[in-house]
Amino acid sequence: MYQYDQIDQKIVDERVAQYSDQVRRRLSGELSEEEFRPLRLQNGLYMQRHAYMHRIAIPYGNLRSDQMRMLGTIAREHDRGYGHFSTRTNIQFNWIKLEETPEILRKLASVQMHGIQTSGNCIRNITADQFAGVAPDEIVDPRPWAEILRQWSTFHPEFAWLPRKFKIAVNGSVEDRAAVQVHDLGVYLKKNAAGEVVASILAGGGLGRTPIVGAVIREDLPWQHLLTYCEAVLRVYNRYGRRDNMYKARIKILVKALSPAKFAQQVEEEWAHLKDGPSTLTQEELTRVSQFFAPPAYEKLPDTDASYEKHLIDSKPFARWIERNVRPHKVPGYASVTLSLKPTGIAPGDATDKQMEAVADLADEFSFGEIRVSHEQNLILANVKKRDLHTVWERAKALGFATSNIGLLTDIIACPGGDFCSLANAKSIPIAQAIQERFSDLDYVYDLGDLTLNISGCINACGHHHIGNIGVLGVDKDGSEWYQVTLGGEQSSGATGAHLGRVIGPSFSAEEMPDVVSQVIDTFVENRIEGERFIETYGRIGIAPFKERVYASRQPAHA
Amino acid sequence: MALIIKNREVVEDDWTVVRAGEDGTLPAVDAVLPAKVIVPFTWWKEHKNALTAAHKKEPIGVWLAPDDEPAELVEDFDKIALIAVDFPKFSDGRGFSIGRLLRERYHWTGELRAIGDVLRDQLRFHARCGFDAFAVRADKDIHDALNAFGELSIPYQGAVDNPEPLFRRRGAAISGASA
Repeated sequence: MYQYDQIDQKIVDERVAQYSDQVRRRLSGELSEEEFRPLRLQNGLYMQRHAYMHRIAIPYGNLRSDQMRMLGTIAREHDRGYGHFSTRTNIQFNWIKLEETPEILRKLASVQMHGIQTSGNCIRNITADQFAGVAPDEIVDPRPWAEILRQWSTFHPEFAWLPRKFKIAVNGSVEDRAAVQVHDLGVYLKKNAAGEVVASILAGGGLGRTPIVGAVIREDLPWQHLLTYCEAVLRVYNRYGRRDNMYKARIKILVKALSPAKFAQQVEEEWAHLKDGPSTLTQEELTRVSQFFAPPAYEKLPDTDASYEKHLIDSKPFARWIERNVRPHKVPGYASVTLSLKPTGIAPGDATDKQMEAVADLADEFSFGEIRVSHEQNLILANVKKRDLHTVWERAKALGFATSNIGLLTDIIACPGGDFCSLANAKSIPIAQAIQERFSDLDYVYDLGDLTLNISGCINACGHHHIGNIGVLGVDKDGSEWYQVTLGGEQSSGATGAHLGRVIGPSFSAEEMPDVVSQVIDTFVENRIEGERFIETYGRIGIAPFKERVYASRQPAHA
Repeated sequence: MALIIKNREVVEDDWTVVRAGEDGTLPAVDAVLPAKVIVPFTWWKEHKNALTAAHKKEPIGVWLAPDDEPAELVEDFDKIALIAVDFPKFSDGRGFSIGRLLRERYHWTGELRAIGDVLRDQLRFHARCGFDAFAVRADKDIHDALNAFGELSIPYQGAVDNPEPLFRRRGAAISGASA
């Protein structure tokens, strides 16, 4: 993992001092709330429904065990003993006092963490593949590039006051595990015929009110030009993105209005002035950053382990867990474990202080002291020896992390929703819990196979409902909470990329939602050809049979 | 006389910014002469010759709105003594790009002043984008605003104040920090 040197440390320390003074000036009245608001936002502090929420950056989802322990300490000392891992791989604390936020940031800085640019109209935390560095299908490790982009974007003087927020994702594998196509700026890393790293750049993707799949605006960008090219994209957006209407201010609206080809041309014209300038990346810097992501000291192991194989035969639950929650690793004898933050009855992505500390212990014992956060809101031990898997499973079970549901219906992705968020039109967590309770038969859920279900409490789409196979969106109708269902969304399907779901019809009440999901699932099961995934059945039969089934039994009185 | 920050000092300033009235109209050219005025770019384009002739003795400045194109001012660089960029709201970031373009692409070397909703907590960004004069909003403590420049001392990325990104000078920065 990247380690701060004294320069990086001084940068976050100075930021804490600056922010502490801003809080002091707010409390003394020198700063109005309007003036203070964007300052606190760029340090991760939101005003929510009941209290301040503090969003802490977890750059490209990577955490060291000491950092995870500090998150546990903050949950205990400054919050109510838990935190929420978000779909941007950050962590959010929900019950924060403004006066304590400088102290929280001081504690975080002591373990090389911060809340910088986790909110506000600026370049946000950069996300990447949670299996970076260990996935067998990886072509280029995205982490050094994400770190280089993190440093470039931190306090960028020209791009701190953009028309709207700006999200970047980086992926370097065959499979896109970072949902690159639904980001403001997406980077696909690959290698050219000469074996050099090149990037395809996408722009204008995003969910929210106007969901759009990003368009490729540059192919085969040599790696040296990554920063100058991004600077050109951001400059065109900063100057010409709409500022008159916040709902039309994201880059996707500009790209769509101009057309991706015209936008790309404007970027090229801008880039012509920046290309080969001082921000051109150097081999020295790439080497410096890459060395932090060098493979850990793997043991030379046989591909498998006799005791592991025996446990697989002896224990069906263990075998089930291996199948769903454990992924192959590029190094023989190792595997990557996903700890599920989606047991029935817990808000998706939530973890307690004790659990955070326990994960840190597991990471120290079994995975080189490192933890990853996925945008699916689970935690990953990326480097576990196969011979330790049974022990890790037993330990994870005791901690409530071993629900064998990764990629299944109950691995629900959900935003905090109306229980916490002041933007939400409707609650997300109770819907997630009701669906999880309805589908608490793990064998049944297992038999349904790969299926994603995403819930957003409002059109801002933090739960990424557009790209869920089943998407649920909270909407407000005359002051009451309703839920719109979409089907057929997909984060990534190889060559064809992301798909946005289609609305099935009029929305439902919260009480109806478990039945609606049951009816969708029943339709799938009845039409499924053996072994088909939900999305394949849906692709074959279309939305009509689902729609018929769901609305057949329903009173027509609703809007 | 109003106070501004220039070269990291609070100084008195005798320039007057000419803005359109509430009904959108600008004063007649004669009415603003021959004081030291900073005029809107659209107005400058229209009355360039009259303004230049009348200002033989007094220098003249031009201010750009966020949606003005700085490239169009380049041909007049030798006629003006100062360029200002207006920030109608502190959160409107277009002026930061204009600052960098004026300095880095069009090589404006004269005074570059931030006017409008100019507040302490954005000054460091202004300065990095090439601004060297700051008309801090009148109701704010301009002396307090001076503190902004020292808050974040090490930039990661290159900009006008230091075109070299940190990765080209990290070694030197480390030996400097430990010195």
